Amino acid sequence: MARYILRRVLLALPALFGLILLTFVLTRVIPGDPAATLAGDAATPAQLAEIRARYGLDRPILEQAFVHVRQVLTGDLGSSIFSGRPVMEEIVFRLPATLELTFAAMLLSIGLGIPLGLLAALNHNGPVDHLIRIVSVGGLAVASFWLAIMFQLLFAMEWDVLPLRGRSDLAYGAPPFHTGFYLIDSLIAGQGALFLDSLWHLILPAVTLCLPGLASIARFTRSGVLEALQKDYVLYARAAGYGRFHLAAIYVLRNAITVTVTQIGLLFGALISGAVAVEAIFDWPGLGTYAVQAILSADYKALLAVTLVVGVVYAVINVLVDVLQALIDPRVAEDIR
Amino acid sequence: MSALRRILRDPVATLGLLLVLFAALVAIFAPWLAPYPDDAFDSHLLQRLKPPSAEFPFGTDNLGRDILSRVILGTRSAITVAVSVVGVSMLIGVPVGLWAGWRDGWASESLMRVTDVFLAVPQLILALALGQLMAPGLFTAMVALSLTYWPFFARTVHAETRRLRTALFVDALAGIGASTPRILLAHVLPNAAPAILVRATIGMGFTILTAALLGFLGVGAAPPSPDWGLAVSEARQHLPEAWWFPTFPGLAILFLVLGFNLLGDGLRDAADPRLRRSRH
Amino acid sequence: MAISSGWPIQPSAPSGAATIGQPVLSIENLSVHIGPARILQEVTLQVPRAGTLGIVGESGCGKSTLLRAVLGILPGGATVPKGAILFDGEDILTDCAATVRGRIGYVPQDPYLSLNPVFRAGDQIFEVMRRHAKGSRADHKAKLIELLRAVQLPDPEAALRKYPHQFSGGQRQRLLIAAALACDPALVVADEPTTALDVTTQREILGLLRQLTVERGLSLLFVTHDFGVLAAVCDRVAVLYAGQVVEHGPTRAVLDDPQHPYARMLLACHPDRATDLGGIPGTVPAATAQPPGCRFHPRCPLARAACAEAPPPMLPLGAGRSVACPFHAEAFARA
Repeated sequence: MARYILRRVLLALPALFGLILLTFVLTRVIPGDPAATLAGDAATPAQLAEIRARYGLDRPILEQAFVHVRQVLTGDLGSSIFSGRPVMEEIVFRLPATLELTFAAMLLSIGLGIPLGLLAALNHNGPVDHLIRIVSVGGLAVASFWLAIMFQLLFAMEWDVLPLRGRSDLAYGAPPFHTGFYLIDSLIAGQGALFLDSLWHLILPAVTLCLPGLASIARFTRSGVLEALQKDYVLYARAAGYGRFHLAAIYVLRNAITVTVTQIGLLFGALISGAVAVEAIFDWPGLGTYAVQAILSADYKALLAVTLVVGVVYAVINVLVDVLQALIDPRVAEDIR
Repeated sequence: MSALRRILRDPVATLGLLLVLFAALVAIFAPWLAPYPDDAFDSHLLQRLKPPSAEFPFGTDNLGRDILSRVILGTRSAITVAVSVVGVSMLIGVPVGLWAGWRDGWASESLMRVTDVFLAVPQLILALALGQLMAPGLFTAMVALSLTYWPFFARTVHAETRRLRTALFVDALAGIGASTPRILLAHVLPNAAPAILVRATIGMGFTILTAALLGFLGVGAAPPSPDWGLAVSEARQHLPEAWWFPTFPGLAILFLVLGFNLLGDGLRDAADPRLRRSRH
Repeated sequence: MAISSGWPIQPSAPSGAATIGQPVLSIENLSVHIGPARILQEVTLQVPRAGTLGIVGESGCGKSTLLRAVLGILPGGATVPKGAILFDGEDILTDCAATVRGRIGYVPQDPYLSLNPVFRAGDQIFEVMRRHAKGSRADHKAKLIELLRAVQLPDPEAALRKYPHQFSGGQRQRLLIAAALACDPALVVADEPTTALDVTTQREILGLLRQLTVERGLSLLFVTHDFGVLAAVCDRVAVLYAGQVVEHGPTRAVLDDPQHPYARMLLACHPDRATDLGGIPGTVPAATAQPPGCRFHPRCPLARAACAEAPPPMLPLGAGRSVACPFHAEAFARA
């Protein structure tokens, strides 16, 4: 298993290295002359040369690429061309908010999606099955930004049962920073009211964000369970006298979940994309809001840094998912050798 | 043809097909179907934010434009964007997948590693970065989406080609002296077609969603285009009063994407049960 | 003329002991339909206490359905319009089938597919013991290790912690035999337990099964299409054709001197006999289109008008034999 994990981590490295190079290509090739972009329209040739020298843009392109890779590897993602502050600082400050939201959404997706998929499979072709299928196909078709606004309209504006925006009420402010997760930090600080308030604020964004994931997890679980139920070992287990519940909820589900788990890695990509819109709408101070601000202020340094960080987080999650899958199904670790 | 018959036997897939056909007809005849076709650009400040009525079934927006007309006109741009993006992605991804799947060696291997790099970042984030670096706008958004979606085609076609390459009939063709381009285009490609078709259909729905999101975030279609995502974004300032303003463009997105997804699901089942595991 | 089975252990000669007392399993007039298909028709069979009964027939004759009925795992859509299955005198079709779980051990056909790949082998057996065997987990473990020794699986302690893919096919089948015995069953049901294995392993497994049933005084219901296997394991045999029992009797007697036209022709096809490889004309009827009367009559050289009217009754022949053909004594007219 240790060898498998090591191998899986090594496999992820080339893609990450490629990603660093890609961000370099993006900054150097696509905007044309980055110095001109940085200096603005009214820059004199002297100012341009000064900027080129300051950012190393007058060096040979390979040397620039090398410097870029070295900077990224040492955690230096450059400074925002808008605020002038190091981008990494901003990201470290905001990443926990995004992770808290996406993890909450992921937990909802998994916690509701797997039972719903199981329920649908056990009612195969029954009314419950059809209902869950329709909901799951619809869940993948709905635009998260629109759903967020509809939820705000109904739950926050019309009925006023849930907060409209933010991570916590202004009256509370933020808990002392430990992990950056309000739910955890508020508990560490012993602020029970803030914990509840943060949870309260988390509901609408997390529910909005979880829907596509919930839909796809329910679908994959359903088809996985249906497939597993056809297997000889299910027949054998029934003949050997397994209980109905044990058979469905434990024996078969574990086989079905190996497929579902591979979806969780992909799901995280969908969640991050969704988070950009959902954060912007609910004023959630995470990477998504930061990315949107970067777009509005044409801060390409910030945007590329977000791209890199998301790429790294995505890679880490996918490695974790593969390891999780190998833990559930021991054949996985051996097959890939 | 038998695939179409199988689709029609599946009520859910048929519903998807009907939704897509309906949207296609609306897109084609949009200027004639829209009650106020000029509302793509004209504004009528005296009748702004009117709730739905017989005159304006979906109400009017902040500039007094008929939302129904703009939803109808927006169908055309949504489908145009989706078709272009999926088309360009196919033009890049299919040859890459065919070639890399057929050949061995470092060149094809590194090509697939490049697709890995593109797949290593969520598509939207990459599209945002690309869209920002070029001048934001609908065209940029389309380029960015194409540049981020082709790896999915490359992956699909690569896997199919690899599978077919080991199939006996390809060996037999090589044995009777068929040339590589001929084998690829006349034999491998048609066999990979169902997988490509499924990927394309699902890609249509996915692209419509992402393009709408880019429009919403302000890096896609620019005002005054009748873009659905843009409309939802404009509507935010007028809530909770004008509930109809974001509702109908959002429903349009929902139904069109639903149509493509249902159709894609049906195609997937009809084409090949092996494909049920395909991503997205 | 005897079939040389080639199996290391020859069956014990049929003895009167097999018929003493109440049979452990008694199938009475059992008919099973699956949708429009009439899979089994009025099947009557007994498995004597501490005896072995083989059911032999071609694929599609209803062997598997019969077995699934006994195990209480008939497929969805199956109905039982008629008949009963008595296990120790209880009707397991009408009474709660769960009460007999654990008292009927099951050795499946394919050891590769019958264990769930994602659970440890031991845990899969413990789950059954937890539900159906007395005692604590520690008792179960001790018992299972003793059984794994009995089935000659090397290093039983380690085997419990392994996953199915870490065993060979023969080892898995040993494991499954141990699992079948784990809850002290009165009856073991085996479904062609060696077809998925190579020939050498087949012999070992059959020898083991035979040895364990004899040692532990178990009853065995054994389904196969292979006469050689049958001769090695079973005291008595029932020949099944298209869902009907056509002949029933001590294995040796039936194999040496089959009476029913179908059994005669089937055994004549057996390569060991090499007298006539002409096969049986026609094909096994589809389960949805069974001919009326004797289901074999369209293919039977002795058939006459009466055969198409009603299913022939089982005629006792003495010495524990019976045959479902009133014309069994006639010689085939050779073309």
